[in-house]
Amino acid sequence: MNRSRKRFDVWTNISLLIFLFYIVFLALPLFTMLIKSFYNGTTGDFSLAYFVKFFSKPYYLNALFNSIKVTVCVTILAAVIATPLAYIMSTVKIKGSSTIRILILISSMSAPFIGAYSWILLLGRNGVITKFVKSVFGITMPDIYGFGGILLVLTLQMVPLIFMYVSGALKSVDQSLMEAAESMGYKGISKMRKVLLPLITPTLMAGGLLVFMRALADFGTPMLIGEGYKTVPVLIFNEFISEVGGDDGFAAAISVIVVIFATAVFLLQKFVSNRKSYTMSALNPIEPKKKSGIGSILAHIVIYLYTLLALLPQLYVIYTSFQKTSGRIFVKGYSLDSYRDAFDSIGGAIQNTFVLAISSLVIIILLAVLIAYVTVRRKNALTNTLDIFTMFPYIVPGSILGIALLITFNHKPLVISGTAIIIIVSFVIRRLPYTIRSSAAILHQINGGIEEAAISLGASQMKTFFKITLPMMLAGVVSGAILSWVTIITELSTSIILYTAKTKTVTVAIYTEVVRGNYGVAAALSTVLTVITVVSLLIFLKLSGQKEISM
Amino acid sequence: MSVTISIQDLVKKYGETTVIPELSVEIQKGEFFTLLGPSGCGKTTLLRMIAGFNSIEGGTINFNDKVINNVEPGKRNIGMVFQNYAIFPHLTVKGNIAFGLQNRKISKPEIAEKVDEILKVVQIEQYKDRMPKNLSGGQQQRVALARAIVIRPDVLLMDEPLSNLDAKLRIDMRNAIKEIQREVGITTVYVTHDQEEAMAVSDRIAVMKSGVIQHLGTPQEIYQRPANVFVATFIGRTNIIEGTLQHEHGQYSLQMGQGYQEPIANIQVPKSEMKSTLPVQISVRPEEFNIRQDQQGMKATIVHSVFLGQHTHYFVDLASGQRVEITQESQTAELLSPGQTVYLTVKPDKINVYDIKGELNYTGRVQL
Repeated sequence: MNRSRKRFDVWTNISLLIFLFYIVFLALPLFTMLIKSFYNGTTGDFSLAYFVKFFSKPYYLNALFNSIKVTVCVTILAAVIATPLAYIMSTVKIKGSSTIRILILISSMSAPFIGAYSWILLLGRNGVITKFVKSVFGITMPDIYGFGGILLVLTLQMVPLIFMYVSGALKSVDQSLMEAAESMGYKGISKMRKVLLPLITPTLMAGGLLVFMRALADFGTPMLIGEGYKTVPVLIFNEFISEVGGDDGFAAAISVIVVIFATAVFLLQKFVSNRKSYTMSALNPIEPKKKSGIGSILAHIVIYLYTLLALLPQLYVIYTSFQKTSGRIFVKGYSLDSYRDAFDSIGGAIQNTFVLAISSLVIIILLAVLIAYVTVRRKNALTNTLDIFTMFPYIVPGSILGIALLITFNHKPLVISGTAIIIIVSFVIRRLPYTIRSSAAILHQINGGIEEAAISLGASQMKTFFKITLPMMLAGVVSGAILSWVTIITELSTSIILYTAKTKTVTVAIYTEVVRGNYGVAAALSTVLTVITVVSLLIFLKLSGQKEISM
Repeated sequence: MSVTISIQDLVKKYGETTVIPELSVEIQKGEFFTLLGPSGCGKTTLLRMIAGFNSIEGGTINFNDKVINNVEPGKRNIGMVFQNYAIFPHLTVKGNIAFGLQNRKISKPEIAEKVDEILKVVQIEQYKDRMPKNLSGGQQQRVALARAIVIRPDVLLMDEPLSNLDAKLRIDMRNAIKEIQREVGITTVYVTHDQEEAMAVSDRIAVMKSGVIQHLGTPQEIYQRPANVFVATFIGRTNIIEGTLQHEHGQYSLQMGQGYQEPIANIQVPKSEMKSTLPVQISVRPEEFNIRQDQQGMKATIVHSVFLGQHTHYFVDLASGQRVEITQESQTAELLSPGQTVYLTVKPDKINVYDIKGELNYTGRVQL
């Protein structure tokens, strides 16, 4: 009697409800997509034709190969650039280092395709730098379009992620480990290679995985700057959206291939990193020291130069938003016309973004605290499965989730395609993990005895949770929620597939304006988005009292 | 290979604040030397200056004849044991111990041989292929010690190596450390804030406060003839009672209140301070009282008693209102009960008499 009551308390019901949510809005769509990829779209028979088509035509295989090439290169390059940056920032006192950390964070928070479009404005065929170099030095700059451009934009976008991961890891390395190595005669490079690098390798691998998945899934960048260089997300989008010859089934088949590939990489990473993990906690963390002479100057130059490079696209977009336009081209002089046009023509997008993002956020916060609670405090088979479900957005690219939702919910019994609900569902599924992670992290630090104390004093399970546990979790919840928020408002790859005229968001509007060549309006909207992002991040930093975000 | 460490007028500053003002000390070859003091006294700072991790703002440190002020830590040939052990979590026990050797031109078989040898010395051969996370605190401690001494350092430096261990293990480990140190005969500088630990392991102890060595001596000297009231109260337990020192016909006697007078022999007062009566502070350790029933000495009232087996502690109030602690070997008779009146005398050959500021010990050297 006592036992069964304990097993089926209110938390079991909550776990079941959330589980059901994931079944309907994540498992079912992915399953539908899987089924669809194995059946002929017109005859309805089981067939492997889509897969045969994909693997027999060089055009498709090429896109897969391109994706892998881009992703691997971006991941390696981002790690190679970010690690020294993090090391310098952690060991050398840099003037204005806390501001720089915030700027680096901001540079990572914009939608990647905005970076792509800005780099086109800077280094493209008619880019300002291209033209400047040509007129002054008479040199034709190398082409930015294609592989090189994608690599540039994505690498700059991803460096901050690894930077933040590695910075966090360096903080957990105890200074005395470095001193122990020094006392045994290791210094400089050999100290780093033999001690520091092995210690941060697990973190580097975790950061690398995140970058790998993001680069693999990114759709906006190759779409804008790739031109002929097709990657898989572009392929899927074209197959799915294309008005002539588009084929849901084929898009589903490619999606299945991508998800299988991503899952394989994910599992491989977990397998390798599980064997290499160790827990560290630093009694005396490594602290930045004041250096003098050439070393300090070099460190400053490297850090400042990188920060400038990372912010350049956003700064330039902001600059162009104040430029006068004539039709589609920028002309001399400054004005606020772009803003006026932006608000006149697509002001609704800003409103849509807020309505959709806030609704999603409310659901995210509610679900995240409950999921965090059941996965941390009520470990059982059900909550473990739930835990695995929440990791799926890591592996499933946004555009693929968008397609899966669309092909599942555009017919009975549940028709929500074209509504705000489907977009909110996609936002919730994709951006929940940030809030779950931060909520779970803080919950791990709260002693379970406190809840038992409340229950022993006669409070109910729910009362204990809302009056005792939740208030203590709040700081963690808020910091995750702001990350969820920022990533929702800069989201493109799912909303581009799910949006309709009524649910057009700012990012979708920017993207469509860029594609149409309305750079002025795009710049104005991007600036608005940047301001919202920066303000949100500053609120986050203020609230959490932190100088950086760990993801 | 051991060296003598001579420290001359050493100064450590952090910005404008001076942490160690002009400290000089000589640590003998093969000696187990302990820096003991409360937290913030500069003991770890001094150790890290010897190691080379802290800069030196003035003075010199010599290993034998060689000034090592500007020698890098890695070139000083030191072995260091850190408070949190600083075991490399990504290397096995063997990997950790071999780490320092791999940086020297030593062949692989020779390294393996040395590692095996040291593993035997610290008695952890069976864990040689384990990862550090699978070791207990005491085992990690042994790895840290092995790693430090396997390179045959000239100097072994230990920074509160036992403070993360539980009480019982700490006692086992300190005996092990002492034994291993004696076996390998390395000049050792050991930092601790635990006075019992310091007395157990050290040949000599430097008691520090505010960057200044208050007393430098053997454990016995420091306990029995502490240089000043700070050392007396920091090392062991003691009662400080104010009284007067009287000098008549070449004889000294102590007045400790209520007419209790105790003749005392081994007193040396500097000529400049000589007076017929001198106010003093008297340090009487709990075991340096006699409890008497014959109305001799100071009158006192028992407040409560603690029976600890071998010894019994009494807390008593003197007529002046001061509470003092007394230790006695336990008797088979019943304990003295609270409220009971007793009389106290002191053991004049054991107590210490200080000037009124508590800075100068008038009592003569302990007879060894």
